[in-house]
Amino acid sequence: MTGTGLTALAAQAPGTTALAAKAHGFLSPTGVEVAFLLVGLVTLGAALVTVTTKQLVHAALWLVVTLGGLAVEYLLLTAEFIAWVQVLIYVGSVVVLLLFGLMLTKAPIGRSPDADSGNRWPALGVAVAAAAALVWVVTDAFRATWIDLEGAAAAGEGSTKVTGEFLFRHWVLPFEALSVLLLAALVGAIVLSRRENGGRR
Amino acid sequence: MHLVYPAVLAALLFCTGLYGVLARRNAILVLMSVELMLNAVNLNLVAFDVWLRDELHAGQALTLFTIAIAAAEIGIGLAIVLLVYRNRGTADIDRLRDLAESGQHTEPADRERQAEATA
Repeated sequence: MTGTGLTALAAQAPGTTALAAKAHGFLSPTGVEVAFLLVGLVTLGAALVTVTTKQLVHAALWLVVTLGGLAVEYLLLTAEFIAWVQVLIYVGSVVVLLLFGLMLTKAPIGRSPDADSGNRWPALGVAVAAAAALVWVVTDAFRATWIDLEGAAAAGEGSTKVTGEFLFRHWVLPFEALSVLLLAALVGAIVLSRRENGGRR
Repeated sequence: MHLVYPAVLAALLFCTGLYGVLARRNAILVLMSVELMLNAVNLNLVAFDVWLRDELHAGQALTLFTIAIAAAEIGIGLAIVLLVYRNRGTADIDRLRDLAESGQHTEPADRERQAEATA
């Protein structure tokens, strides 16, 4: 754990809440915070449409908006490399794969009334209860915690150079293990999607 | 930036994905909701990495790993869904009841296929 992390943890002590609030201001959000909030609202709205729309292809297209909004949030959090990886992998390939899946399972174009299953209301209850509990705990825990975005941006924390350095210095072994996992997933997908009688003839 | 903004957004996105996983009927829509939940976790990881300024950058490294694992998961998941669709003619998770206790819900297509297999 770094020193900055410990000092940030110490800033959570109840007595220093007012002090931290005085230093940063609860009621005067910075421009980054306003941008984060607006993009967050768009992202959350697109996510809600994704899970509630009756049109299956529209769900995939709203998922693009959600994932793109999250990429913008990563940029605002100075994680530049991750934002571009998000655009490349999620918006570029995962959504295309999902659209392929929808087409190959002959999903109806247009409204399909049976997109939601019968346990819709229990699901809504579970989700709202989980959201209330999580938001309550998170706001209570991090009420007086601020991210030093200027320092992170000045140090180039999320740039490609820094990312490459820590990824190939400290995380080489997990990275290589991950490449083996991707290979296994590739082979598994090919084996699964090959036609059964293709090999026997 | 106040840490509450990304943390609350991640929590709400996670619960949106939770609702989608529980309420959707099409298997591919369930996979989309799983992606939403994974992305909420990624946002949390990035926000806490920027907050803690860890020397190892564990948050950003784990975010990259999560993205790669999500790509693998969606590939395998779609292959399985397509296989189920090819065998059963539906990707409707409400109708895949082979593991249910009663055994009365066997679909007509399944019975046809079983008869074909025994013949």
